[in-house]
Amino acid sequence: MWEYTDKVKEHFLNPRNVGEIENPDGVAEVGSLACGDALKLTFKLDENKRIKDAKFKTFGCASAIASSSALTEMIKGMTVEEALKVSNQDIAGYLGGLPDEKMHCSVMGKQALEKAVENYRGAPALEAGAKIICECFGVTDKEIERAVRENNLSTVEDVTNYTKAGGGCGSCHDAIQQIIDQVRSEPKTDTKPKLTNIQKIRIIEETIEREIRPSLKHDGGDIEIIDIIGNRVIVATRGACSTCKASDITLKHFVEHRLKELVSPDIVVEEVSK
Amino acid sequence: MNTIYLDNNATTQVSEEVLEVMLPYFRELYGNPSSMHSFGGQVGQKIRTAREQVAALLGAMPEEIIFTSCGTESDNAAIRSALAIHPDKKHIVTSRVEHPAIHALCAQLATQGYRITELPVDKNGLLDMENLEKNLTPDTAVVSLMWGNNETGVIFPVEEAAKLAHKKGILFHTDAVQSAGKIPIKMKNNVIDMLSISGHKLHAPKGIGILFVRRGTRFSPFLIGGHQEKGRRGGTENTPSIIGLGKACELADKNIQKENKEVKHLRDKLEKELLERIPQSRVNGDTANRLPNTTNISFEYVEGEAILLLMNELGICASSGSACTSGSLQPSHVLRAMGVPFTMAHGSIRFSLSIYNTEKEIDFVIDNMPAIIERLRGMSPYWKTSQ
Repeated sequence: MWEYTDKVKEHFLNPRNVGEIENPDGVAEVGSLACGDALKLTFKLDENKRIKDAKFKTFGCASAIASSSALTEMIKGMTVEEALKVSNQDIAGYLGGLPDEKMHCSVMGKQALEKAVENYRGAPALEAGAKIICECFGVTDKEIERAVRENNLSTVEDVTNYTKAGGGCGSCHDAIQQIIDQVRSEPKTDTKPKLTNIQKIRIIEETIEREIRPSLKHDGGDIEIIDIIGNRVIVATRGACSTCKASDITLKHFVEHRLKELVSPDIVVEEVSK
Repeated sequence: MNTIYLDNNATTQVSEEVLEVMLPYFRELYGNPSSMHSFGGQVGQKIRTAREQVAALLGAMPEEIIFTSCGTESDNAAIRSALAIHPDKKHIVTSRVEHPAIHALCAQLATQGYRITELPVDKNGLLDMENLEKNLTPDTAVVSLMWGNNETGVIFPVEEAAKLAHKKGILFHTDAVQSAGKIPIKMKNNVIDMLSISGHKLHAPKGIGILFVRRGTRFSPFLIGGHQEKGRRGGTENTPSIIGLGKACELADKNIQKENKEVKHLRDKLEKELLERIPQSRVNGDTANRLPNTTNISFEYVEGEAILLLMNELGICASSGSACTSGSLQPSHVLRAMGVPFTMAHGSIRFSLSIYNTEKEIDFVIDNMPAIIERLRGMSPYWKTSQ
């Protein structure tokens, strides 16, 4: 048995604002039957552009119904800008808290609100040419493709973690895998965005400061950037490093290796002539 | 508010007669049955009687009964024993609809080098026996199939399945936790090697179970300790519960006709009336091969937890196959294995009766369920569009 607050129980047993507004100013449907909860939200504005009325229809458990009821109560009287500031934590808070396992019910409320406002503002619901792959969370093929490409994802589980796609009923797992396979079979191009020289210098400086200098200092040494020409990083060794016979090994095997790994595989580290 | 308890597959009330025979063994007769003195020895006598009572319910011999702490322990002991006495065999055959005591155990064994075959079921929850036969290999150590399903009540032909396993020299175990006391069981007329029972499903207390191990079947103990249960299960006997379970088995044996007539009649009435009064509802599971006390009904376009909580407001206790937890709502693995559509699976309610239910209670449920479903459908965004 879930431990619901009295407020959750009360809103479940006596939900406010059940129904659908005719000719609403904003409408949204989120969730699906397959994933087990779904919410249809409608709202109407008054002449001052404040939410005059909001209604919901929800398929789902007690906390889904209570969250929907709470949401509609909360946003009445707000402008859409104010309503958008209502977070899922606010919804849960209004109900005196929800069990951890049920927080997604408040997230569903928040999603419905965002989509309904989008609908009101006339924003396109879907990116051009995109098609919904994950019905449960309304994730499109384009979004999944982008997540796979940009984050170099290789498993369905990764995709779920990044986009939520596939986290519901699981019926789209094959389709997600197909997208992964397709993206990964594309000819490998350098996926790292092209950096300007200044950006590159800054990243190299930051990397040396954060990842390399502490280790050198630990051994009483140090390093200083003299110049960066294309992918050549010219450095001078300081402290213990400058007199150390193994310093060129340190530069190649440690400094260059880390910079290749963290900044760009094309980087070459050279020591300025002493 | 009166409680109407229709969740007897989850647990049952301890019968008054059972409680009565148990009470002396907490305070006055607290001796250890293993002791040499007669103060303890007299308790040993009572345990013998209880063992006979259990054996009588199962049509078995008293020496084939091992007392355990619960059904889960019995299941674990059976599977692990089968694997221990066949260390060269690495394959287990079971089904997709087993209780977690088998399902989760097999999932863990799968990570330890065992190969698990989970036999599918059809849309009525029934097994394909030819498929079972096909999956028995020389590497198979044990077949474990439940006798009666806890969620749908569907009965597997385990006696036939045991014969198939034996033809290939494979051990057969059945989880009979839901079927003991509900349908007649005669172990002397079948070849099942091991069978698990739990006390609290048949009006004995929680924390007591049985593993039947057929005479002549090799057994490797799960709990290692003292010489109790002839060295097959270490640990001082739970004397009050064993004595209570003996009584509960005696009563179950006596009531088995009542279970299959009166309880079945009430179950059938409940099912028929609900299906008639509530549109777009249906029964999950084969109705011909089914425990007499169980019905699993799906109400389309509404969600199980919400139904249960509204029933709870009226004091009606039942359970739902689906559990709405983080991220998504998962319909039960049993209903999924049967391919019940999502629209139906989320709104499934299991009613499980016992001999303590009355016609008046059933009538109350019949009268009140339609309004509960209607109320939730009125809130559901899918209901109108589907009409």
